[in-house]
Amino acid sequence: MRRDLSFFQLYLGLVAGGLALLGLLMSLPTFGNAPLLALFFALGGASLMRLLAPFSLWLDGLLAVLGAMGLLLALPVGQAMPLHHWLALIAAWAFAWLFVERLSAAIRAGSLPETGTGLVIPVTFGLALLVIWEVVTRGANVPPVLLPPPSAIGARLMAETNILWADFVQTFIKSVLPGYAIGCLAGLAVAILVDRSPFLKAGIMPIGNFMSALPIIGIAPIMVMWFGFDWQSKAAVVVAMTFFPMLVNTVAGLNAASAIERDLMRTYAANYWQTLMKLRLPAAGPFIFNALKINSTLALIGAIVAEFFGTPVVGMGFRISTGVGRLAIDLVWAEIAVAAVAGSAFYGVIALIERGVTFWHPSVRGGRA
Amino acid sequence: MSVVQAMDLGLTFPAGDGDVVALKDVNLTIGKGEFVSFIGPSGCGKTTFLRAIADLEKPTSGTLSVNGQTPEEARRARAYGYVFQAAALYPWRTIEKNVALPLEIMGYGQAQQHERVRATLELVNLTGFEKKYPWQLSGGMQQRASIARALSFDADLLLMDEPFGALDEIVRDHLNSELLKLWDRTGKTICFVTHSIPEAVYLSTRIVVMSPRPGRVTDVIESTLPRERPLDIRETPEFLEIAARVRDGLRAGHSYEEEHV
Repeated sequence: MRRDLSFFQLYLGLVAGGLALLGLLMSLPTFGNAPLLALFFALGGASLMRLLAPFSLWLDGLLAVLGAMGLLLALPVGQAMPLHHWLALIAAWAFAWLFVERLSAAIRAGSLPETGTGLVIPVTFGLALLVIWEVVTRGANVPPVLLPPPSAIGARLMAETNILWADFVQTFIKSVLPGYAIGCLAGLAVAILVDRSPFLKAGIMPIGNFMSALPIIGIAPIMVMWFGFDWQSKAAVVVAMTFFPMLVNTVAGLNAASAIERDLMRTYAANYWQTLMKLRLPAAGPFIFNALKINSTLALIGAIVAEFFGTPVVGMGFRISTGVGRLAIDLVWAEIAVAAVAGSAFYGVIALIERGVTFWHPSVRGGRA
Repeated sequence: MSVVQAMDLGLTFPAGDGDVVALKDVNLTIGKGEFVSFIGPSGCGKTTFLRAIADLEKPTSGTLSVNGQTPEEARRARAYGYVFQAAALYPWRTIEKNVALPLEIMGYGQAQQHERVRATLELVNLTGFEKKYPWQLSGGMQQRASIARALSFDADLLLMDEPFGALDEIVRDHLNSELLKLWDRTGKTICFVTHSIPEAVYLSTRIVVMSPRPGRVTDVIESTLPRERPLDIRETPEFLEIAARVRDGLRAGHSYEEEHV
């Protein structure tokens, strides 16, 4: 038995190679129809040689890519996929799994650097998901209304960039960003006020709690009545949603400075604002950024859902709700894709700023407290 | 003029299951330029007394004056620098910014801040580490930086609460002898809390022995050691004799405690 592979990896390799060999046999009657797929079957079967000789993990990755490409090119149009295509899908998936498994083991063992190669794993995972989605929806003839293949969504994304851009501007630039900024700043300011006055703490914290418990589908129509159909009402919903997480986190964060750190300020006879600016706010940084990150995703969800309750004829939520009604499901998915990318990017930007600002925190610098 | 004067000082912490008497009838006068150590088992009130001088705790009876003022006035006049058990450097500030922190708060100008930071870092042998962050330094260096921070605004009184308690013995010896040199050079009054007998004897001109429940002063020992103290003075008969007196004083406090258990 080979030493460089774990039992599980060996098992995966056997399954992948065996399925490829089986696929090769089953595709013999239609040999020549899909040369790339046949090549994948042949090479995949040949990978069983790993029992005898070392087999690079990059070859496993290459096999997975080859299988995916052969399969995508050979997909039949308008009819169900033959059995050996399914075998190819499972085999390619097993090769991809084996590749990622061996790659992460190599990173853990230190034989490969983490930077760069660490990125390969999530990318492989995402691509595998897309390929499986594409092959299953097209191969099994899933009705596009239920789930369109990613290629159709991509095509719609390309064809409707104007609409998608207009929706993005309406929802993200006009509703999310102002609402997010106002909600977070207000939460921060009120937290500082609340922290200073026990009276406000007793009065405002329960109201904040109450606000956070309000269902968004309840406040959205009310905000539309108060602020009109356009982006202002969506921004107001976002304000209501982002305010409370910021308030609670900042109030907690303002108490994060240790007793010694505060005593120190007292020995300097520092006044309230000096202590706030030089000690308590910096110490609250990790808490504040936590709230900023939570709010970055909450804000987008809030704005999109709020658009279901009255909006001008533009906006991501509007497009999704009308798209479902018109059975333009691929447009709905394209909109979802835009929302996912925008939300992740927003979160990513905040996380990057966090790394820069709270560089000193053990969770960022990876050290001890 | 005395720097610290306590008369019949008492301090009681209210607690749910009966009050805790942290200090009772403490009478003590500390003169200018003295190095006074407070030693005793935990709970004897030595840290509480130091914190009362610093106006971090309020005495409940008796009088306490610092530089002839109330502790609060003295604190507002920035009469003392305080070194805590932990270095408590702010991790988001570099070493030089940490040392400059009190100067920023007290409104020193940029040029003056820079000059004082340079001078005090030199005093504690940390030149070259200005741009480092606290977590990039060893524990001993962190504590030296915190001492520099307490010295930077040049208060005449230095209050030190077990500053070397968390450090290993080699580093501690080294910092002890450096502290002595620093005291000699600056002529500051130093109040130093410790629970190490050799440390107290080695550093002090006077050793205040305290015992717990209620926290009180049981003995005050004048040191007969010369001002100039190399580390090997700790093997001299004179040193050992003072250490024995301190140990006796501590034991007396303990037997008192055992009678009540």
